[in-house]
Amino acid sequence: MNLLANLINGLSLGAVYAIIALGYTMVYGIAKMLNFAHGDVIMVGGYVCFCTMSYLHMPAPAGVLFAVIVCTVLGIVIEKLAYKPLRQATSLAVLITAIGVSYFLQNAALLIWKSDPKVFTSVVNIPAIRLFDGQLVISGVTVATIASSVIIMIALTIFTGKTKVGKAMRAVSEDKGAAQLMGINVNSTISVTFAIGSGLAAIAGVLLCSAYPTLMPTTGSMPGIKAFTAAVFGGIGSIPGAMLGGLLLGVIEIFAKAYISTQLSDAIVFAVLIIVLLIKPTGLLGKAIHEKV
Amino acid sequence: MSDNNVKSRERTKMVPLPSDSIVPERDVHKRPVLEAKHLGIDFGGLTAVDEFNLAIGPTEIAGLIGPNGAGKTRVFNLLTKVYKPTRGTILLNGVDTANMNTVQVNKAGIARTFQNIRLFSDLTVEDNVKIGLHNQIRYSTAAGILRLPTFFKKEKEFHEKAMDLLGIFDMQYMANVKAGALPYGAQRRLEIVRALATNPSLLLLDEPAAGMNPSETAELMENITKIRDTFQIAVMLIEHDMNLVMGICEGIAVLNYGRIIAKGTPSEIQNNPEVIEAYLGKQKEA
Amino acid sequence: MKKTIRKILGGKAMTYAMVIIVFVIMEALLHGGMISSSLAGQLVPICAYICMAIALNLTVGILGELSLGHAGFMSVGAFTGVVVVIALQGAVPSGIVRFILAIIIGGIMAALTGVLVGIPVLRLQGDYLAIVTLAFGEIIKNILNNIYLGVDGSGLHFSMKDTASLGMQGGTVIINGPMGAVGIPKLSTFVAGFILILIVLTVTLNLIQSRTGRAVMAIRDNRIAAESTGIDITRYKLTAFVISAALAGMAGALYALNYSTIVPKKFDFNTSILILVFVVLGGIGNIRGGIIAAAVLTILPELLRSMNDYRMLIYAIVLILVMLGTNNPQLRRILGSIFGRKHAEPVEGGKSNE
Repeated sequence: MNLLANLINGLSLGAVYAIIALGYTMVYGIAKMLNFAHGDVIMVGGYVCFCTMSYLHMPAPAGVLFAVIVCTVLGIVIEKLAYKPLRQATSLAVLITAIGVSYFLQNAALLIWKSDPKVFTSVVNIPAIRLFDGQLVISGVTVATIASSVIIMIALTIFTGKTKVGKAMRAVSEDKGAAQLMGINVNSTISVTFAIGSGLAAIAGVLLCSAYPTLMPTTGSMPGIKAFTAAVFGGIGSIPGAMLGGLLLGVIEIFAKAYISTQLSDAIVFAVLIIVLLIKPTGLLGKAIHEKV
Repeated sequence: MSDNNVKSRERTKMVPLPSDSIVPERDVHKRPVLEAKHLGIDFGGLTAVDEFNLAIGPTEIAGLIGPNGAGKTRVFNLLTKVYKPTRGTILLNGVDTANMNTVQVNKAGIARTFQNIRLFSDLTVEDNVKIGLHNQIRYSTAAGILRLPTFFKKEKEFHEKAMDLLGIFDMQYMANVKAGALPYGAQRRLEIVRALATNPSLLLLDEPAAGMNPSETAELMENITKIRDTFQIAVMLIEHDMNLVMGICEGIAVLNYGRIIAKGTPSEIQNNPEVIEAYLGKQKEA
Repeated sequence: MKKTIRKILGGKAMTYAMVIIVFVIMEALLHGGMISSSLAGQLVPICAYICMAIALNLTVGILGELSLGHAGFMSVGAFTGVVVVIALQGAVPSGIVRFILAIIIGGIMAALTGVLVGIPVLRLQGDYLAIVTLAFGEIIKNILNNIYLGVDGSGLHFSMKDTASLGMQGGTVIINGPMGAVGIPKLSTFVAGFILILIVLTVTLNLIQSRTGRAVMAIRDNRIAAESTGIDITRYKLTAFVISAALAGMAGALYALNYSTIVPKKFDFNTSILILVFVVLGGIGNIRGGIIAAAVLTILPELLRSMNDYRMLIYAIVLILVMLGTNNPQLRRILGSIFGRKHAEPVEGGKSNE
């Protein structure tokens, strides 16, 4: 029973990682950049939702909606101002800029919302599910988190596979130059990708804060790094990979905490990542890279 | 490591035979520098190279020609172990290279250039050559960091040898230029110098004349022969410029769809109907 | 003539001269009491960060692999150094000798960690390699967070649980898990930092201009060509990585011995990134640029202290603007025409190796 409870907890945490990782992976796929500011967009999403509910006394759905809108716009603005001018620059230059954006968001949040942690009220009020005569309790947040991640993943798969914009996205991530020659607007496609990724980050932020209700300007950094790890774990650039990587990472983390050591859980998570990459150097579902000689 | 046997590698004396009287796989009786037997590679079920059999004499200039996509560069990649062959054996100076990787194959005696030039573009011309000399002249990392007397002695040796080698193409004056900043023709020549610096017994040249004008090509032809004569090594080259191939190669192998369809002297190849068909096409595949 | 002058100005000599002159000026100002106490307190950390910038430049600029976990090596050196200094308190009374031992052993331990990390990491490529260095950095931090180490009459005691399980009779606890190391004697001085910079600089520059360094840069420029030219990829990658780790470890020991307490959390991902920022802003592979960037960016938040809450925000904006300014082709062209050709290609890509 304990095992099952841990598994469900792991899946719940993993689902949050998966949603963040989906954003990471989409942006990486199209812009070939490690967007280190992604984790901080999560934090912004959490704060916007918190403010809408606590200060404006609006209901939870409005909070979520606001968070998504603000983060989507934020994502587009960040891309336009900071990343777009660097299309031709080396990936390292873009990486450092992303880090600059990350510092900026964290410190702006520190100025606006101060450093004291806010207590986040859960946006989910689905009653908990009790199974096996109450031996196994699955909280509403857990159900909502897992459900949303599955819905998002399915929606994204359909979106990239069936819609025109989605196909354009895949084309741009495959070959920017060729896509442009085919009449695809590369810039707007990249904007859309950032918008979707950031919108997802907002949802992840709200769900994360609902499950772990302390909100600080640095709330996003560690989940951000973990989700990034998850994306790499699953094969960066791959949507099912991000989902799989996220879920596995969550489960491994919770199991490590429960059965091995609470303090060393992070080390274990990262060690598993390293082992996986040594066996499959491009992640679980990643495409192998071949260099032409 | 294995540098000692590289240094002491015996060199056959050059046999100054006029080119046109030479059959392919000439002076093979001297033990060929390279013997490929039943060499082949598959990529995901597709056979890319198959039944590649070839021997190159110790001081032969051999040509590997064929239409685009015939698998010529792939053969070079197999010989240098950039790709692992699926089947067949490669004997280099009589030694099986089955368990060697690219680095070891180079140490054992094959040096090459690349179709799409691969220089160390942020390093100077001289440094590019010095990297070629890396396994010939040695001192430890610690000696380098601590600037021990061996460092100065060996670096002097590095410099002198590098300059000597650059002399082959009269390139000494550009020794301090970054390799990436060189004009195209000079980059191709530098690649050859770098390959020669590794003290090979077989030099593989992948389209050495690509992008060169006729006068540059003529000069290159002279230089390839000069290199063979001075260094007493075998040369195998891939080239689309038929003047060059017919002009300096003593033996030629023609590759099509990953298989050798003809081997012979330049005149034999020029009159081979199968070769003409491969290049110009005919009614139907045999 | 002009060429010779430029060569000297752009060469190694200039880098050494710059470091020495700045040191002499700072030392003079320090003795004249013309430096604020907050800046004076930053001098040793600046030295440590400069060493880190040089060390990381060896990995990022010369070897050409992105490391996001170099703070891990710094922390190994830091905690080793602290243990050496405290454990040898009785045996070696001289502070200077213990300090030198701490730097050396800190460097060795970091080098060993570098071997352990490098063997798996260097098999990977590109962003995958970067993420694994990040993972190792986090692992090192996480493990250090769980180390308890003490010394008493019978020698060193080690535990991964808590201080109680050390089973010591009296003695002192040197490393106390997440609380870090406490009671560190402040042995680092500005002069020591300056000497360490010179050592790290010499090791790096001499390495670059040697047989090994050439091989490393060849691998960076074109791996396949290097292999075909007979360069052992793994061996030279590992050599450069381990030397880089050792230098980072030495910097870590210098850093730690400047404070009375030091916690593992100090050497997290953000510190790794901070050092990477120095390297990138200074121009990847440009050792001198990295030194300047490390010094300026460590002092900058101090100078902005009057802006208080806004200083980190300004720091972030400056960082973004500098990256945009130096990497955007249009902006670069404008800057280039204002400052002349030399400025057109400073940050990024310009892999001059002085």
